[in-house]
Amino acid sequence: MTARHELAVIGAGPAGLAAAATAAELGLKVALFDDQPAPGGQIYRGVERTPLADPAVLGDDYRRGADLAEAFRASGAAYHPSCGVWLLTPERELGLLDNGQARFVTAGRVIIAGGAMERPVPFPGWTLPGVMTAGAGQILLKSAGMVPGKGVVLAGTGPLLLLLAAQYLRAGVQIAALLDMTPPSNALRALPHLPAALSAFGTLAKGLALKREIHRAGVRVVKGVTSLRALGEARLEAVAYEAGGREQRLDSELLLVHFGVIPESNTTRSLGIRHLWDSRQLCWRPVADAWGNTGAEGFAVAGDGAGIGGALAAEYAGRLAALEAARALGRIDAAERDRSAAPVRAALAKERRVRPFLDVLFQPAPELISQLADDTVVCRCEEVTAGQIREAVGQGCTGPNQLKSFTRCGMGPCQGRQCGTTVSQLIGHTLGRPVEEIGAYRIRPPLKPIGLTQLAALDGEGEAAA
Amino acid sequence: MNLDAVVVGGGLHGCSAALQLALRKLRCLVIEKDTVGRHASGVNAGGVRRLDRDPAEIPLSVAAMEMWWAIAELVGDDCGFRLSGQIKIAQNETELAVLEERARLVRSLGYEHEEPVGANELFRLVPALSRHCVGGLVAREDGFAQPYQTTKAFRDKAASLGVRFLEGTRVLGVERKAGDWIAETDRGRFAAPVLVNCAGGWGDAIAAATGDPVPFEVVAPMMMVSARLPPFLTPVVGAAGRKLSFKQMDNGTVVIGGGHFGGADAEAGTTSLDFRALAESARTVAELFPIMRGASIVRCWAGLEGFVADGLPVIGPGTGEPGIYHAFGFSTHGFQLGPAVGRIVADLVTRGESDLPIEPFRIDRFAKPPSAVPHPSAGSG
Repeated sequence: MTARHELAVIGAGPAGLAAAATAAELGLKVALFDDQPAPGGQIYRGVERTPLADPAVLGDDYRRGADLAEAFRASGAAYHPSCGVWLLTPERELGLLDNGQARFVTAGRVIIAGGAMERPVPFPGWTLPGVMTAGAGQILLKSAGMVPGKGVVLAGTGPLLLLLAAQYLRAGVQIAALLDMTPPSNALRALPHLPAALSAFGTLAKGLALKREIHRAGVRVVKGVTSLRALGEARLEAVAYEAGGREQRLDSELLLVHFGVIPESNTTRSLGIRHLWDSRQLCWRPVADAWGNTGAEGFAVAGDGAGIGGALAAEYAGRLAALEAARALGRIDAAERDRSAAPVRAALAKERRVRPFLDVLFQPAPELISQLADDTVVCRCEEVTAGQIREAVGQGCTGPNQLKSFTRCGMGPCQGRQCGTTVSQLIGHTLGRPVEEIGAYRIRPPLKPIGLTQLAALDGEGEAAA
Repeated sequence: MNLDAVVVGGGLHGCSAALQLALRKLRCLVIEKDTVGRHASGVNAGGVRRLDRDPAEIPLSVAAMEMWWAIAELVGDDCGFRLSGQIKIAQNETELAVLEERARLVRSLGYEHEEPVGANELFRLVPALSRHCVGGLVAREDGFAQPYQTTKAFRDKAASLGVRFLEGTRVLGVERKAGDWIAETDRGRFAAPVLVNCAGGWGDAIAAATGDPVPFEVVAPMMMVSARLPPFLTPVVGAAGRKLSFKQMDNGTVVIGGGHFGGADAEAGTTSLDFRALAESARTVAELFPIMRGASIVRCWAGLEGFVADGLPVIGPGTGEPGIYHAFGFSTHGFQLGPAVGRIVADLVTRGESDLPIEPFRIDRFAKPPSAVPHPSAGSG
């Protein structure tokens, strides 16, 4: 018999931990499924036992994650680590890969707290060994306590890039250069959003403190960088770029790039939930109401997977989704839900006030997509280049799904996670039409690859229709 | 614009019919509700198979095969066709006896393409196969092709000969008036003396509206594809006692099908997957191909396809008003027939007859007592 849970929460980042703990405290029978072995998600990875000798390296905010994890552990919610979700059906069945074994569970309600992923941005040489995302570098730092060797080059835009630079410095890593690819015009465009952002003075102050820390350490920061290229035969040997109208070159064995984060939308998309193109955050996000309810019956979204808001906003959104789940499942009435939600909603609103400013300030340059060189690979799995995509559009291909048929773009193991956002933008730019009209890949299960023998071992129990 | 024919449906059969009509200098319009090749034609398993067809289909399949061997001459593109061979394997002597009986039947009809083989030849052809298998039935000059590439090649060739394609246009109704067939669409009316129904999983509606209802359902054959593996398999493999269609593509991925059906919603144009059935498919593969036990499945999908009650397509004129021709309901094994069916349709339109025996595919065959039983091997593309 397939196990049935009152509430299933997917993801153990701030949104998922807060949602599960809040719901369990309200008396719901909650199961939280997460593909990682320990709570924390990406932002609070390894928060319960960081192997670094001095946790101060990771900063104060990290401790908030430890508190969240502790509250979750104490809440009575059932915790299923190393348990990835590879299938979601409209009937609220979840296909799980639980420590390597495939099984199904069903749930009365589901809160998807799948979080964010780093925005993949193709550039010449980005597939060379020695080129990683800053987040991958951070995972090494957090989970293995590993720090890269001498001469790391950091490039891109976004707050995480600054945070990572500061964390590396505290851990004694040498940074050869920080290549700031934030378009200089962003600051002026962001200015109208500054007054609202000032109410979240703490967030801005932290950002400025990071900048000061990086500056004090004597890191070479290059502003206005464009035309980033990774050079090398079998692996990265040098980083080339333009700055101040001049061609520059730095020898390096490790380039960490970061262009902000975007919602991981394959999970929500697989349910047929409608997604909007967020023209400020330059990403897709699922359409949801103020409680996170989506168009798929019984499915809510919370946290960065519903639109980028950061760790604190994710935590608040998780609590709101849990209150709504408790109402929908009859534990509390609407009045009690609203009473409990009021302070959370106020905190969330305050936290979100800083977003428009940050979103515009760190918005990646449109040229990263529009000026993509024809020979640059966009789909890493199937090795489809920007030129091939433009050629398919020239032959009458009007959208990402047709593009699959034309070129196999997006049909590899990553299920289009790495190229999907780029492809929608690139087709839109080539056709001169809004991304919203271009649409995105249809997502085919499994959401993550599943072993043939794991699938074969699924017994006939449970309703397994997707 | 003056039209000689309106083709409803931009799948392989519609594109092939339009191409053949254009080769005969007829002015054609193809009306497609989605995009060309969006459904079964673009997402099927790509089997180019004469092996183990219903006897009624063998003459058409053999004629189509001649066209596949020279497909680039017809459409200017190789369609990804590979002369890989097709094999149906037996796991025990009982299954092998059935295959040998089948080979005798095909030979008695005058065809040589199906050849029974014993274990030695079987393992020479399919070294990765589990050693419990005992023999098989081989069609050495069958193969597979790339479905979407093929459909697009037929479309592009037809377009180069002047065929117009109207995509994103839905036919709402058809009627005959003053010697013309009128196709009423959400983008206006189109008239021509000839109407060709190649609407696949939606073909039954046009047939019924013109007085020729057919017992018909829409099905969704499911497929899965693995991550890339080193090359280990050349032919397409089916199995006598199991639902299986198994092939390795040039890029190393393995495509697994075989006629497990998911959920089909023809009206919405969507499918859903049944993972219990796919788990059974995975068990079949793991038993027959030990090398696959380390493989991972990266994508599963299903396509919408029309299935006629006796598992055979409808090919031929309507029984009522003149000028309407049907070619739909290919019941999960129409891809290989595509090149020949276009020729049949064009012959019917221009000459009123076909050189190939299409009597078994008459649209009114269900008006009489059923003359055929569903063919058990349906579903390997």
